[in-house]
Amino acid sequence: MKQATLLWIPALPLIGAAFNLLFGRFLSRRTVHLVAVAAVAAAFFYAAYLIGGPLWELFKAWRADKAEVMGGLYQNAYTWIEVGSFKVELALRLDTLSAVMVLVITFVGALIHIYSTGYMAEEPRYAAYFGYLNLFTGAMLILVLGNNLPVMFIGWEGVGLCSYLLIGFWFTEEAYAYAGRKAFVVNRIGDFGFILGICLLFYATGTLDFFSPNPDQPSLMSESSIAAYRETFFGGERLALFAGLLLFVGAIGKSAQIPLYVWLPDAMAGPTPVSALIHAATMVTAGVYMVARMSFLYAHSTTAMAIVAGVGALTALFAAIMAFAQTDLKKVLAYSTVSQLGFMFVGVGVGAYTAGIFHLMTHAFFKAGLFLAAGSVMHAMSGSGDITKMGGLRKLLPQTHATFLVYCLAIAGIVPFAGFFSKDEILVGAFGTDAEGWFPMYGKVLWIVLSLAALGTAFYMFRLYFLVFGGENRSDPETRAHIHESPLSMTGPLIVLAIGTCVVGFLGLPHLSFIQKHVPNFLEEWLQPSLVDFGRASLEGSIHEAHANDVGLMTLMGIALGIGVVGILLASALYGRGPSAAVGRFTAGAGAEIYRLAKNKFYVDELYDKIIVRPFRWIALGVFEVIDRFLIDWVLVEGSAFVVDIFGRIARWFQNGQVQRYMVGLVLGGALILYFATRPKADFDWEQVDTMTVQFEADVGKGPGSDGAQVTFDFDDDGAPDFTATWKKGDPPVVTTWSFSRAGDHDVSMTLTDAVFKKKATVEKTVSLEEAPAAQQAATAASVEKAATTDESGTRQPVETGGGQ
Amino acid sequence: MNDIFYKLTVSHFLILAAVLFAIGTIGVLMRRNALIVMMSIELMMNAANLTVLAFARYHGGTAGLEGHSLAFIVIAVAAAEAAVGLAIVVAVFRTRRHADIDRLNLLKN
Repeated sequence: MKQATLLWIPALPLIGAAFNLLFGRFLSRRTVHLVAVAAVAAAFFYAAYLIGGPLWELFKAWRADKAEVMGGLYQNAYTWIEVGSFKVELALRLDTLSAVMVLVITFVGALIHIYSTGYMAEEPRYAAYFGYLNLFTGAMLILVLGNNLPVMFIGWEGVGLCSYLLIGFWFTEEAYAYAGRKAFVVNRIGDFGFILGICLLFYATGTLDFFSPNPDQPSLMSESSIAAYRETFFGGERLALFAGLLLFVGAIGKSAQIPLYVWLPDAMAGPTPVSALIHAATMVTAGVYMVARMSFLYAHSTTAMAIVAGVGALTALFAAIMAFAQTDLKKVLAYSTVSQLGFMFVGVGVGAYTAGIFHLMTHAFFKAGLFLAAGSVMHAMSGSGDITKMGGLRKLLPQTHATFLVYCLAIAGIVPFAGFFSKDEILVGAFGTDAEGWFPMYGKVLWIVLSLAALGTAFYMFRLYFLVFGGENRSDPETRAHIHESPLSMTGPLIVLAIGTCVVGFLGLPHLSFIQKHVPNFLEEWLQPSLVDFGRASLEGSIHEAHANDVGLMTLMGIALGIGVVGILLASALYGRGPSAAVGRFTAGAGAEIYRLAKNKFYVDELYDKIIVRPFRWIALGVFEVIDRFLIDWVLVEGSAFVVDIFGRIARWFQNGQVQRYMVGLVLGGALILYFATRPKADFDWEQVDTMTVQFEADVGKGPGSDGAQVTFDFDDDGAPDFTATWKKGDPPVVTTWSFSRAGDHDVSMTLTDAVFKKKATVEKTVSLEEAPAAQQAATAASVEKAATTDESGTRQPVETGGGQ
Repeated sequence: MNDIFYKLTVSHFLILAAVLFAIGTIGVLMRRNALIVMMSIELMMNAANLTVLAFARYHGGTAGLEGHSLAFIVIAVAAAEAAVGLAIVVAVFRTRRHADIDRLNLLKN
């Protein structure tokens, strides 16, 4: 662990963004793109310096003594939130995992910035475009550098915002604005899960830091947190499953997996370089990065990992099938991206984190390249992306064609291009993994699904290649006349990325013993300190088992390569000279139904529209009508105005300017006050003190009329006073007792005559006498009987009177 | 029982004051001429003054003169009020050629 000024890495693009968004519109295009490109390039060189210098030193030290924990470079820029035990620091950390991401983001990002200067040359909102692009780069760097989940979430939301802004960059086209909104809303669904996951982790562990520079301070990786992940939750499953799945919901949204992938194909509405940077190379891989970053969590729930891998494999196959029938250049690439992201999730899901990150890295190169090449093609084709109208561009766009072929071979998994190595690692990982708690042969099933997806990948990519570059040109003459190779600012990045595609694969050579003996898998060793995982013995062991066997590995690689070649040959046979007659027969005859389904994306958008969007609209409409229109607009706003209006109308009758009528109100008011203020108030309390005896206490009030007030009690409800007393200031309260002849309810009234105005007030209360207690019952029974016999009229006789008369 | 006719008590003064006050109030409330209203107000003030003096005699005898001095203050205030009020009435009469309170309804709305 070493301190370093990491803040500059995200700050440089963010400064560029602020500059271009605030002042860009007043400046020349040259200044705008120089600032934008320089900001990202500077971030790349600075990051490269940090990684090549201090981080490399740490890595070397770690390689010498692998028992040591390698924290990487760390900077606590600012204490963001501190509430009680909850503390969030704006802490950044550059470890080997984020180093890979930072290099990919800044390197590919810089190339795409350069490419954009050519592609967007005619754009009127040039400065806004580069501002957003820089903002995106900064947010993405925060995402990968953040040392805790809240900081990661800032980046997570920041890239989502930029994605929205850039998809809807040409918002005057309604469909584009809609696509941007769709991406944003679908991402919100995922982010909701992500936030819940963060809350759950904080609830369980009390910390959100990935890594703590201070050994005393707990982090998500420390022993106490690990113990929390292993605890069962909601009866049965480990916390790691729930937290992992909630975070994975966020990843599903951001990385466009089933069932939230629907936004990514529509996101192609944005400018093509944006598709390359955000929707292929960097942002959509954030989910994969997150799972790898949280490997210490996922390692504790094989169920969560199985779900991650399962969703990935399904998405990989499903998206590949949909890519078969697309006729838009960018749509094919979009589904291809969804499919490749599925591969990455299988990689991290089966515990082959290195393979997942490796594929993320190689994919960033060749998919960004594919999109940029597609942009170059569309640039030549007057902006159209319809592949049925292309063909024969091989000779017209020689550089674009050559680079496109390299990327296609890479994604199809042909040796020695990057895609071969990384995809093969994932396939081997899936094949070789059999974790505790999984269905038997689950890894093999994943491998079969992925192999089918790989076959599909090779097929649709070369279908695309042949339709665009092979055969004869099918465009209309006017477009054909304008076809031209793109300027150097666009072909340059294509060539650099193509070289990268050829080179990066060698960072992670296959685990064949004769290769590893001479050139070890560098990437695996490099990532190892960041992917520390605990108790993953079952997963780890099985992967190494598969690695150990050269023959098995060679067979798997052979199969993977064979699949790629078969896919290419199939595409060549069917589309080599434009769409062949066989394709037409298939889509019209036997495969008409499946073709229609794939072409219409399995009607998933329509399904979502029916079961989610429409019901939500109805709910929203209902809420709007009932709460907004009725409750707020009508009851609260108009209702309160109505009430005030009524009072106003009433008050207007009184305010007639006749000063004498005002005076009447004044006099009447004064009279009323006088009347009520001088009214005597009578009250008394009672309490049963003996079997039949009740004690009364009169309350004469506190006014001037109380001094000398006369109190009269009528206990037996006969109208005649039974007790009279006068209370003077300073006397004790008027208290008297009365013995009733029977139990039950008696009406007692008290009359108070005040001393000043001689006004009388009477209060009447019902006194309920309880039955005599059991012990005394025998004794009292006789006297009650006697009283009944002596007084037949029913008039109760006073037995005793207390107080003065 | 017939003491009320032979012995002068504080109640006599109070009853007289109450009657005067009531007459004044009714005058203020019912007369239209601003000048008469002014006079009725004077009547009410004097009724109040009468109660003050009656109580002063009843409670304080001749020792304390608080009640008496208060009466002088009230007289002074009444004089000032009469001066200002009459000035207003005269001003109103000059501009409107009448002093009818019913028609002086500028406070309306």
